[in-house]
Amino acid sequence: MSKARQLADNGAGGQNKNLVINGSMAIHQRGGTITLANGAVTYTLDRMCFFKSHAGTNTVEQSTDAPVGFLNSLKVTTTVADASVAAGDRVAMIYRMEGLDAAKLEFGSSSAKTITISFYVKSSITGTHGGAVGNGSDNRAYPFTYTISDANTWERKTITVAGDTTGTWAVTNARSLQVCWGLGVGSTYSGSAGAWEAADRNSASGATTGVLTTANATWFITGIQIEAESFATPFAPKSFAEDLIDCQRYYFKFLEGDDKEIGVGWYFSSSHASFMFRYPTTMRATPTGIDETGTGYYTLFRNGGSDAFNSVTFENGSTEQFSAFNNSEMSGTAGQAGIVRGTNASSKIEFDAEI
Amino acid sequence: MNEMTITNAQYTTTDNTTIKCEIGGIRMQVPTDPSNRHYDEIKKQVDAGTLTIADAD
Repeated sequence: MSKARQLADNGAGGQNKNLVINGSMAIHQRGGTITLANGAVTYTLDRMCFFKSHAGTNTVEQSTDAPVGFLNSLKVTTTVADASVAAGDRVAMIYRMEGLDAAKLEFGSSSAKTITISFYVKSSITGTHGGAVGNGSDNRAYPFTYTISDANTWERKTITVAGDTTGTWAVTNARSLQVCWGLGVGSTYSGSAGAWEAADRNSASGATTGVLTTANATWFITGIQIEAESFATPFAPKSFAEDLIDCQRYYFKFLEGDDKEIGVGWYFSSSHASFMFRYPTTMRATPTGIDETGTGYYTLFRNGGSDAFNSVTFENGSTEQFSAFNNSEMSGTAGQAGIVRGTNASSKIEFDAEI
Repeated sequence: MNEMTITNAQYTTTDNTTIKCEIGGIRMQVPTDPSNRHYDEIKKQVDAGTLTIADAD
């Protein structure tokens, strides 16, 4: 069956049942191959983050290696193995759901709904792999296992979990339900599969740590779906545009590269230029502003000339916009206006409201 | 599970609405919004006494 036919067939189940944003791994605004930071959360493809704490090195990238019906997957490669997995070592992919989306599952109440998680996975490491469902406070967890039977072969897995009737599950814009896929998790963050417990878990006891301990091991995933059902239904794809705007609630790259417009700028005084950024959608929270800095990375073109500056200072942000200025490298005439651009191949402005 | 290495924290302006800092070695400007994960971690580290935010210039 062709990929196009499979994509069409996948739409049969409706588009709103899947609580996962970017489950098809089509959106990768950050771009490139990302090396996971140690002892920290790293966001990679949109909405997909990792926590890594071990002596080895892992990279994450978007891949075109995908099962029939999909164009992309997320690929993890262990570039430097950690041969000895200590109790507290771990590397796991995590999907963090906002409480406003998880609320319909009614976790933490007697009405908690059963969920089914389905995904396509492929790895060079066969055997029993682990993961865990948890809450945003990292004190409720339901470890699970799944089996990869054949190396380097796409397989679809389904995990059904009875909803948690206790614990704290955010129903606001805070971190709520999260699903971890453990790629090598020590005993501290591994628990018995198949039951809820009051603990922070990323995997199930006994699951393989082979992805972490094997140099050049690979693990791919795509087609992630979380639905309020006791069984898995076909993956419900969204359009690229729908997935992109949903992702931009959490992360948005305003510009990257040379000759990219920011917008109108004006001189508040001869040494202070102001401008602003408006986001394409309402963000989850007031985002963190990130500016790549360097000599002449940004320029205000005005009055037949230009005024280059190196960095952007953000102020008075909201979930809709961020004001900005530079008051240390400007030279102009108060009241004049012009256009602000990124003017270096490395110019970059990002907004991050990830959970 | 939001551990971050945060250094060189300083309020950007005197109204204290934004904090410039380095997180994991990357320059970031963090709004004082309790829902922002970076601010949440800054606040935890300040409360723990492991991070100080300098006044604006």
